[in-house]
This record gives sequence, structure tokens and C-alpha cells, in this order.
Amino acid sequence: MSEIRYESPKTLKAAVALLAGASGQARVLAGGTDLLIQMRAGRVSPGLLVDVKGIAEMTAIVAEKGGFRFGAAATCMELVEHAAFAQAWPGVTDAVKLIGSVQVKGRASVGGNLCNASPAADSVPALIAAGALARIVGPRGKRDVNVEDIPTGPGKTSLAEGELVASFFLPRRPARSGDAYLRFTPRTEMDIAVVGAGVNLTLDAKGVCKQARVSLGAVAERALLVPEAAAALIGSKVDEAALQRLAAAVSAACRPIADKRGTIEFRIEVAGVLARRAAGIALERARGNS
Amino acid sequence: MSKHHVTTTLNGNAVEFLCETQQTLLEVLRDELHHTGTKEGCATGDCGACSVTLDGRLVCSCLVLGVEAQGKSIQTIEGMAEGTSLHPLQRKFLEHAALQCGVCTPGILIAARALLERNPDPSEEEVRFWLAGNLCRCTGYNKIIDAVLDAAHEMRGG
Ligand code: FES
Ligand code: FES
Repeated sequence: MSEIRYESPKTLKAAVALLAGASGQARVLAGGTDLLIQMRAGRVSPGLLVDVKGIAEMTAIVAEKGGFRFGAAATCMELVEHAAFAQAWPGVTDAVKLIGSVQVKGRASVGGNLCNASPAADSVPALIAAGALARIVGPRGKRDVNVEDIPTGPGKTSLAEGELVASFFLPRRPARSGDAYLRFTPRTEMDIAVVGAGVNLTLDAKGVCKQARVSLGAVAERALLVPEAAAALIGSKVDEAALQRLAAAVSAACRPIADKRGTIEFRIEVAGVLARRAAGIALERARGNS
Repeated sequence: MSKHHVTTTLNGNAVEFLCETQQTLLEVLRDELHHTGTKEGCATGDCGACSVTLDGRLVCSCLVLGVEAQGKSIQTIEGMAEGTSLHPLQRKFLEHAALQCGVCTPGILIAARALLERNPDPSEEEVRFWLAGNLCRCTGYNKIIDAVLDAAHEMRGG
């Protein structure tokens, strides 16, 4: 095996310089729970690993403008153990809790979950529903991008050469807001989503939904934002008729593959069911959060 | 390029080792530091046999590079008993016959200790979910869960 260079820069600038200046394949090493397995299987053979866990902005969880900013390399366990974050974003927290075992969550990061770009990544639909912005840093400076614009297909992202996701920003939550994420798996733990659905909504003082975002995982080549599904909720009291329209819009947006974990028909049907249930949980949370 | 020179703390003792970038912490523990209590089951993060704590965080040592241990504190099964006196979890595993071949046991003990440090009074369900990343081919799990709950009870002074 050829030698792999390992660097652990202390600043984003140094990390970007290393990534941009690499002659061969360079990889960001955050939790390593996907990367090390891919390396051992010979699926990737980087000449340079840039360990970003020594960079303060990439691991911190801080309040910002009434919302939260968390480092892309913060571990999932740190995130789910953050009481204020969990209270503000229970749906995102539920999704992050579903990523692997306690051991895996002790290393794995949300940035890695996004950039590994599995269509079934649990945190991604929840972040998309939440309206999260990813801060991307690269040789030409920084830019903030909607999370839904980052994965482009299995294992592929829209990041340019030398760029990395440094952190995520979740905006301040209006009153009467709630989010939820549900996934279907054959087992209750340690499994990969066959379908995932995230819903985030805000009610007005009369209990009418005034804002909503709906996102799906594992039913297309990447996680989807489904505005038609959100439109089914907006202006309604999230009643039975609205939930039926939601399920129909969700099923219509699915373009899944069939594999050993689920057929196309099954995924399309279950996506609608999960979105309805997630909307119900988000509604309860929004009502309790006035 | 030469090997990485890593200094770290293992079960409270300062240690140093040399490793290549791609060597995992599990390989370093077993092959370089000759601490073979930590086991390899899958090397892909699925079985939990290689569980250790790194700065107090429960992790799979097969998913950590040796070089990432620089400046960190590692706890393995070798540091669990105090001299000849077993940790209550170890004693309860023996009493409840919570092991057969024993390959999963060091990882489960480390994982269970990490749970009880955070939550001294877990429910059966909480123990089962916490240990979901630790596979056992032999015991059928019930004895493991009983042993952890009994150890927790004893450690609470009950
Ligand atoms: S050997 Fe590390 S999880 Fe199986
Ligand atoms: S005792 Fe054999 S694997 Fe658990």
C-alpha cells in the first residue's frame, strides 16, 4: 500500500490550502465511520487525509442569531446530548439519533452524513425540512448553501475541488413550530432507511399552518425537498384532508429504486404514510411550542 | 514518509507508539501495544467487539486511526479491574453467565460502563438500545441485559 499523508490542521484556512494543494486524491476525515470502511474496502485510496476535528469552528455547537450553528465535524452524540438544541429541533435530533450505534455516533458527524451522500442518510431530510444552511469554505472563500443543493446523487455532491462543509446553521424558530423525522426500517435499530420523511411546520395563532417544508430520503438518488407536499399543508389546520393531499404529493414525488430492502411500490406507499405521521408529530410539537 | 510517532494515554498510563496512517486504533492496541483484550469482530463498525472509550466517548476502535489518538486518553478492558478486584459489571457478567465464547464481552463491558457513567439507573429498554451496537452470537442477550441491570443496581448501593 502506498503511503497516506495525514494532516490535522487547526484552522479552516489551513485545511482548505491542504485540500486545494493536494496533488492526488485528498479526503476530509471527520468521524471516519464511512471513509475508513471505504478505504479498507479499496473503494477510495486517498493520498492525503485532512483530519478536521482540530478546527474549532468545525466541532463547536453555538447559539447564533437566535438559532444554532454547529460544526460539520461535531459528533452526533455531542449534538443529541445538547439539551437546548434537542429542545429547539426535536426532529433533527431524532434523525441524528438514528445514525448507527452509540459507538458510531461517538465519531460520526452530520457533515460526514451529508457529504458521504447516501440517498438514505437520516440527518439529511431532517436538515432540509428544517431549512438548514451549510457553510461551505473553499479556495475562493465561503458561501452558504441550502442543504438540499449539496447531494447530487449516490456518493456525489455539488462541492467544488478544495471545498468542504464547515458548519450548519439552523435559523431561529418562530413560535408554534415543530419538526419531526421518521424512517422505515425492518429492524428498530442499526439499520438503513428504506424510506425517510422529515416535516417542519409553523402554525399561526389560529392553528393554521403558515409555513411548511417536507423532505424525503431513500426514495430518489438524493434527498428531496418536496414543495408540493408542503403546499398541501400550508393554509390548512393539518386536518385529515390536508394529510391526504400531503401523502398524495409525497408519493407523486418519489422516484425510488427497488432493492432487497424495498420495492418501488412499497417505498412510494410508505413515503406517503411516513410523511403523514411525521406531519402529525410536527403538529403536536408546534402546538406545544407556543 | 516515516511512521507517525503518537503519544497518548492508555488506561491512565502514558504510552507512545509508531504507526502508519491507515493503521486503526484497534490494530495499534493489539499489534503494537499488545493489549489484546479489545477484539476485532468485523472491522467495519457493525459489531462493537472493538469498543473502547476515547476521551470518555464510546467508539469503535476499528473506525479510529491510531494517529487520531495523539494526545487523547484511551480506556480499554485492561483498565477495568482494579488490580485483582473485578469491576461490578465484570463480577455480574460471571454471576449471570453473560458470556460464552467471550469475544463480544470486552466491548460490551466497556459500552455498559459508559452507559452507567451517564445513566446509573437505566431501564431495560435503555440498556438494550445503548447496547444495540454490540453483537453477541452466543448468549441471546438476555443474560447480558440482566447482568448490566444487576450491576447498575449494586453500583447504586442497592
Ligand atoms: S470490529 Fe469494530 S465494530 Fe466490529
Ligand atoms: S459470548 Fe460469544 S459472541 Fe458474545
